[in-house]
Amino acid sequence: MSARMMSRGPRTMRAPGPGGMGIKKGTFKRLLKFVTGKYGGRLAVVMLCVVISALAGMVSTMFLQQLIDDVIMPVVDKGEPFAKDTFNGLLGAMVVLYGMGVVAAFFQTRILAVVTQGTLKALRDDMFDKMQTLPIRYFDTHAHGDIMSTYTNDVDTVRQLIGQSIPTLIQSILTVGTMFFMMIFYSLWMTLGVIVFLVIMSVVIKKFAGASAKYMMAQQRALATCEGYMEEILEGQKVVKVFNHEELSKERFDELNEELFNHGRLANKYGNILMPILHNLGNIMYVALAVLGGLLITFHVPNIGLRGVKPVEVGVVITFLGMCRHLAQTVGQSSMQVNMIAMGLAGASRCFELIDQEPEQDAGYVTLVNVTKDVDGTIHESDKLTGLWAWKHPHTADGTITYTELKGDCVLEHVDFGYTEDKMVLHDISLFAKPGEKIAFVGATGAGKTTITNLINRFYDIPDGKIRYDGININKIKKPDLRKALGVVLQDVNLFTGTVMDNIRYGRLDATDEECIQAAKLANADDFITRLPDGYDTMLTGNGASLSQGQRQLISIARAAVANPPIMILDEATSSIDTRTEAMVQEGMDNLMKGRTVFVIAHRLSTVRNSDAIMVLDHGKIIERGNHDDLIAQKGTYYKLYTGAFELD
Amino acid sequence: MIKTLAKSVREYKKPAILSPILVSCEVILECLLPFVMASMIDEMDGTSMRPIIKYGIILIVLAMLSLYFGYAAASAAATAATGFAENLRKDLFYKVQDYGFADIDSFSTSSLVTRLTTDVANVQNAFQMIIRGVVRAPLMLVFSIVMSMMINVKMSFIFIAIMPVLGIALFMIFKVVYPIFKRIFKKYDALNNSVQENVAGIRVVKSFVRERYEAQKFNAASEDVRAEFTRAEKIIAFNNPIMVLCMYTAMFLVSFLGAKLIINTRGSEFTTGELSSLTAYGVQILMAMMVFSMMFVMCSIASEAANRIAEVLCHESTLTSPENGVTEVPDGSITFDHVSFKYSERSKKYALADINVEIKSGETIGIVGGTGSSKSSLIQLIPRLYDVSEGRVLVGGRDVREYDLVKLRDEVAVVLQKNVLFAGTIKENLRWGDPNASDEELERVCKLAQADEFIRQFPDGYDTRIEQGGTNVSGGQKQRLTIARALLKKPKILILDDSTSAVDTRTDALIRKAFAEEIPDTTKLIIAQRMSSVEHADKIIVLDGGKIAEVGTHEELMAAGGIYRETYDSQTRGREVAS
Repeated sequence: MSARMMSRGPRTMRAPGPGGMGIKKGTFKRLLKFVTGKYGGRLAVVMLCVVISALAGMVSTMFLQQLIDDVIMPVVDKGEPFAKDTFNGLLGAMVVLYGMGVVAAFFQTRILAVVTQGTLKALRDDMFDKMQTLPIRYFDTHAHGDIMSTYTNDVDTVRQLIGQSIPTLIQSILTVGTMFFMMIFYSLWMTLGVIVFLVIMSVVIKKFAGASAKYMMAQQRALATCEGYMEEILEGQKVVKVFNHEELSKERFDELNEELFNHGRLANKYGNILMPILHNLGNIMYVALAVLGGLLITFHVPNIGLRGVKPVEVGVVITFLGMCRHLAQTVGQSSMQVNMIAMGLAGASRCFELIDQEPEQDAGYVTLVNVTKDVDGTIHESDKLTGLWAWKHPHTADGTITYTELKGDCVLEHVDFGYTEDKMVLHDISLFAKPGEKIAFVGATGAGKTTITNLINRFYDIPDGKIRYDGININKIKKPDLRKALGVVLQDVNLFTGTVMDNIRYGRLDATDEECIQAAKLANADDFITRLPDGYDTMLTGNGASLSQGQRQLISIARAAVANPPIMILDEATSSIDTRTEAMVQEGMDNLMKGRTVFVIAHRLSTVRNSDAIMVLDHGKIIERGNHDDLIAQKGTYYKLYTGAFELD
Repeated sequence: MIKTLAKSVREYKKPAILSPILVSCEVILECLLPFVMASMIDEMDGTSMRPIIKYGIILIVLAMLSLYFGYAAASAAATAATGFAENLRKDLFYKVQDYGFADIDSFSTSSLVTRLTTDVANVQNAFQMIIRGVVRAPLMLVFSIVMSMMINVKMSFIFIAIMPVLGIALFMIFKVVYPIFKRIFKKYDALNNSVQENVAGIRVVKSFVRERYEAQKFNAASEDVRAEFTRAEKIIAFNNPIMVLCMYTAMFLVSFLGAKLIINTRGSEFTTGELSSLTAYGVQILMAMMVFSMMFVMCSIASEAANRIAEVLCHESTLTSPENGVTEVPDGSITFDHVSFKYSERSKKYALADINVEIKSGETIGIVGGTGSSKSSLIQLIPRLYDVSEGRVLVGGRDVREYDLVKLRDEVAVVLQKNVLFAGTIKENLRWGDPNASDEELERVCKLAQADEFIRQFPDGYDTRIEQGGTNVSGGQKQRLTIARALLKKPKILILDDSTSAVDTRTDALIRKAFAEEIPDTTKLIIAQRMSSVEHADKIIVLDGGKIAEVGTHEELMAAGGIYRETYDSQTRGREVAS
């Protein structure tokens, strides 16, 4: 986990996500549906506002022309009396239209803010809700940084898309469309001239946007490499110093930095350059149209327009040139949005990709319920907390329900497993754990210890009947119910932002403060917690960064203790903690194990020694099994491990 | 702050200055073009192609020039901004390379990473915008105002009156929203952190069946972010209508008063052509104001990043190599002479208090003590990773502060407790110790560190790639590689700070045996939790709360029956019962 992700917020320069600029087909349609689903009405209002704003903007220039043509010119040129009514009428219309423009602008931005933020929330929530249902395999096969990037970078591009790019684009299309209509109204020939230029412009935009995207990608890759290197060196800065390696790290840094500069320069140049090019293409179009207009007039070419066929007039050409400027500006502005829209759609694609992931499958129907037990041993379901649990097993064949008391009996029979089909990790694993027994797994890294525990709580699924829990095939047990019956203390402790108390209560949400403290005492954690500045109310952030490794382990033990499950999976931590804390952790673990069926992935000999059964794993096979004395007597691998000839890991 | 950052422009001064000049040329041409266009329209009468050809050629020439300037300006700005960022990164990186341990501690690694990445990116963006916009917006503004005044002074006052209204309104919005945004970004960070936490702890979430709970927690937080963002954006949303309102008001007033003026004076003071141009300039004035306000916002956001960068650049390392320092370390003897040490001048508590120790060259010293007993602090003073607060540390009979720092650290190798391997092959990692070491030499030290055997078992042997952070080797393997790396320096003093904790006892013993046989003249300091690691040392130092509690050989300390004895017994008890 890089420190960067922990500490930083949204970044301004961002690397493209794992899929690069890939946009899945139909993303736009789906995004539209996503937005309209909740904000259809508001979105319609926004669109209406956009139309009004665009119209107000366009018509305003025409008003002036009309004012000149209908009111001013008659007075100045022809000496006619001042047409006061027309003047006031025009001004009145202007006020009304401008007023509508302002109101539309006001509501457009305000409602759009609501729509955009609401959509982003819905998108985030959908992503997160879906993510919670995904199998562990998803998290094991996707880099956490990439998942995070979907929440930060990709959602951010969607914000840009909905909140800015699309409205701007719509406004531009409206403007261009209306102008086109007006152009045809005035002159078909001149319009054809404009079309030729628009085609040239779009070719230029496409070419430059493509090149710009290419350089942008190269820049982001160089940025990722350079920043990755800086991060690595900074995180190992003390080692760099100890080895006087400063100069060498500078050399390598200079290379990467130089490369980033070269790519960045090009990317920025292409980003900057499109505007002046389009702008001046617009100017050239202006001249070309003027020449075209002049030729049409000179050669008395009959003008075809919606007003009929007449010779081309000077006035028409002038009006045309004015519109042409406006058109070039609009196209220039919307061209800036092209890249943004591509990026936004790529981001949306990745968000939807997460939402579309296949959730964890659960065909289980056996549930865990509170029960009471009569003297004769018959079990009755109870809706109260009885402290006694049973598996409720409905039989579809005859419609009966049977209850099996939860005891913590666990059987694995000939289990073979591989994370991918071509590489098996476990071979023919069989084991029987009676309630209250302690089974230890011992073996080198990669021997398959953690994999077994992944199967017991169904983080990964295997074919029917291979694992049984209190005699029930675990594939029949609903996953949440199964996991409630199983507690885990993992090697890497993960604490959540919140108070110490919150973190302990994570084990059982309805536990009272007293129960949490009781659990902390059992785990040997109460002593240090009460010495913290705010005791149980001490805020933990950054995975409990303010605590020592040992203290974090103690809290995770307390968390498991408060859940009070009949079966525990303990993955001991390997990291070195000082002797005194280690003894406390050990004692906490021992307390937790009492009266439970325990699977322990052992790194300490003392934990292993008093186990009921020890499984020595090697390359996915159980190579030795038995209790401590048996295995010592065998003088095999365990013996070597125990005498320190091999590493425990 | 600006001065500090400006120093990093250096060789990109030329494009940085050129860029605004080129932009000015572009702006002037941009403003000239409508003039020429207006002239063309004025002279166009439908009888001759001459004015069209004449002005057409002028326009195309101007457009070409404008294109050239635009291109050159874009290019110069890109070079200047990315070059500035390059230098800034370089200056920061170099600066941090010169930092001492204390300086790194005071900034924290993650904060340094943010400053070198996100903050530099923000400053780069702002810089590019400034050099491109710093002349464009004001020039456009001034030019448009001058032009409108030339057309008609009285009418131009409409714009001059509206400008401050718009300016103040935009500024007010910014002032209200800026603090809100600052707060929101914190919440937004927290939201993203909670996703991070969830992804990292997904096994815990699933084991405790907390998927629903987590989703509810997240939904509440995301609702909070949504509500706050919406609130802030609604305020920002005033920007647009206010701008539109000002523009329309100006247009209306110009149309209304202009038309009246023309009619009243029968076109002698003001013409219709002037009326059209005036409205065009009015739009330009207000647009320039808008750009201005945006630049202002960008700059205030970037100024915080700039401040954070300047902090790093201005921070002077407290620990520097003396001029003409001694480059010869005569032997591996170490003396602590009334040494006291605290990590920060402000902290009241001393990490080490009045330490006096004599270590002879070639001795093996064990250092033990509980967490927080300052074992690491003690050994870090020897290669001057930190400087003492009081007293002095002597190596080879000289105060460590007299030595050339590089030379001293070459002779004193430390294997740090929090150690790292870097992305690259095993060979590359090992050669950190000595870039010129031969393959045989690498093998020799790896055999000493008991690493040779497992390295050979890797498919690619010594050329096996280590992932960033060394995630693809086990803890014990990592420790042995870092020991080998330190051995390659052939130091006079070798310090292992809890460096064999993940190594099994037998290998641990083999390493110590190899040390004793192969590098007998090197002074060896070993910090360990495991008593068996220090048991055979020539001398064992027991630290407790930053003070030396006991010193002596294993036998002496066992006889003394203090902390050492107590810890030793607690660790060996289990083993004795078992065997």
